[in-house]
Amino acid sequence: MLELRGLQVAYGRRTVIPGLSASALAAGTITALLGPNGSGKSTLLKAVAGLVRPRGGQVLLDGADLVRAGFRQRARQVAYLPQALPADVHLSVLESVLAAARATPLDGAGAHGETDAQGVQALLDRLGIGHLAMRHLDSLSGGQKQLAGLAQALVRRPRLLLLDEPLSALDLSHQFHVMDLLRQETRSRGLVTLIVLHDLNIALRHADHCLMLRDGRLAADGPVAQVVTAGALAAVYGVQARIEACSRGFPQVIVDGLAPACATDGRPLQEDTGKHHRIGPTQ
Amino acid sequence: MPARAAPAGAGVPAAAAYARLLRRRKLALLGLLALIAASLLLDFTTGAYGLGPGELLRTLADPAGADPTTRVVVWDIRLPSAVMAAVVGAALGLAGSEMQTILNNPLASPFTLGLSAAAAFGASLVIVLDIGIPGVPVAWTVAANAFAFALLSALLLHAVARWGRIDTSGVVLFGIALVFSSNALVSLVQFLAQAEALQGLVFWTLGSLSRAGWPQVGALALAVAAMLPLSLRDAWQLTAIRLGEDRAGSFGIDVRRLHLRTLARISLLAGLAVSFVGTIGFVGLVAPHIARRLFGEDHRYYLPGSALVGALVLSLASLASKNVMPGVVVPVGIVTALVGIPFFLAVILRRPAR
Repeated sequence: MLELRGLQVAYGRRTVIPGLSASALAAGTITALLGPNGSGKSTLLKAVAGLVRPRGGQVLLDGADLVRAGFRQRARQVAYLPQALPADVHLSVLESVLAAARATPLDGAGAHGETDAQGVQALLDRLGIGHLAMRHLDSLSGGQKQLAGLAQALVRRPRLLLLDEPLSALDLSHQFHVMDLLRQETRSRGLVTLIVLHDLNIALRHADHCLMLRDGRLAADGPVAQVVTAGALAAVYGVQARIEACSRGFPQVIVDGLAPACATDGRPLQEDTGKHHRIGPTQ
Repeated sequence: MPARAAPAGAGVPAAAAYARLLRRRKLALLGLLALIAASLLLDFTTGAYGLGPGELLRTLADPAGADPTTRVVVWDIRLPSAVMAAVVGAALGLAGSEMQTILNNPLASPFTLGLSAAAAFGASLVIVLDIGIPGVPVAWTVAANAFAFALLSALLLHAVARWGRIDTSGVVLFGIALVFSSNALVSLVQFLAQAEALQGLVFWTLGSLSRAGWPQVGALALAVAAMLPLSLRDAWQLTAIRLGEDRAGSFGIDVRRLHLRTLARISLLAGLAVSFVGTIGFVGLVAPHIARRLFGEDHRYYLPGSALVGALVLSLASLASKNVMPGVVVPVGIVTALVGIPFFLAVILRRPAR
């Protein structure tokens, strides 16, 4: 379970997140981190990962504060996948995952057998990239690189998985593939998974929970179907949108255009202002 | 479409292929060692003083029974300079590979980013003006100054790269500025120097192995022998940092500390090498590129590989420096520059525009 309490983050004198508390995120669930560009999503993720030191507040993972934890202690529990894909790297997929596993000692390393070549190969097989094990990272497509990155994160057996726009370089089928895998791994490993997403429909389809940010503040927080609403989209993104169930019952966001200026007052929104459609199951 | 179904049991062949790859890399390291030995032998048997290989080897095996002049040529001139070439090459190769990794820059090397030039300036202060770090034994003042100035420039680079938030080409430009300013300062020292000190300084700024004696060879060999295990202890972290600093940080690597540790090692190797043989350029740039081709970037193999490639390259350059002009030993720094500059340009031109 992950809890954020009064988290404050600043770069120098520029405050990005003035103080953010969110409801507890349960193990085995995927939380989508939504919000427009510059709303502080990536910064929040980095702060939770410990790559940016928060000015104040707590990041509690099962009650233990990650902000106070040392580098290695935190790395035993948290895995973070940044947006940028590495370039010009002369490493095979297998080697990159081995390096991720052996960079710093893991709890019970060797015991679970994922830190040797065979264990890594099994992990890659599970992610569907076993046949790429000996290929160089540079020769992979964006989607394959992202899956290799996911393997680098999962090999560390984290309890908290943080992904910054893992789908941005991927085509449609890879987007679904990655999200399906994430759901499967999140469930089977009991992870708390926090993902920065741009695509609202992907969030509606694949996430359980949602945090919506605007200007570093939490604009909405709750089950994804209750958070992604016409009112919230107008307030946070400044667009006029409808959420309608498709013929198979999946909720879909349809954007009609920019919202009238009065809707973007930035206040937290709990209520849907538009006509509320029944929202189908998110799987 | 992503391939979802991997062939059943694919795990074992890939693990076996990986094991084979590691075996090949170990063999490649051994192969390099053999080539270095061969090059050393050739380098040792080549020179202005016409001695047959048989006589040379006899003198090597039994110095006491040999002709005194031959003994001096073999033991005090040929052998130390041949060994020094390999040791300096190893130091620069190792320093270059670590530098390219932590600065994430294929153009990084002690020479191209100004560490060697700064070390040269530090050393020239002692040689010409007798300005050194107080408290250091006289025999080591040149080396200590060279190290101190190399470290200073390395820290400057580190600060600029980390806090200046400039990209890799910005770091290279800053390094070039460091080279220019250090060279200008060395010129100033030369301008102030007495005639005999000047001659020594000029010879030394060209980069020359001919003044190497056993104490210097021993000191530098010791430094390489001490630094390589420390580098290898960081091998997994240095490999992981190739995946990006944020990613490395999330693996629990203290990236800042890793940078500082590595820069200290680089400065020691580059500073000592410069203080003994002057600025020998491009070996530290070329060796990592060749090593990367041979070993990939698993730093357990890449780092020692780069050291060995550096040793081989400089040993061959030393051999070439005796054969460019008959009867004259050209300073080896000139040879490495002539070979290295086209290579440097090739690296720049091959880099994809981003």
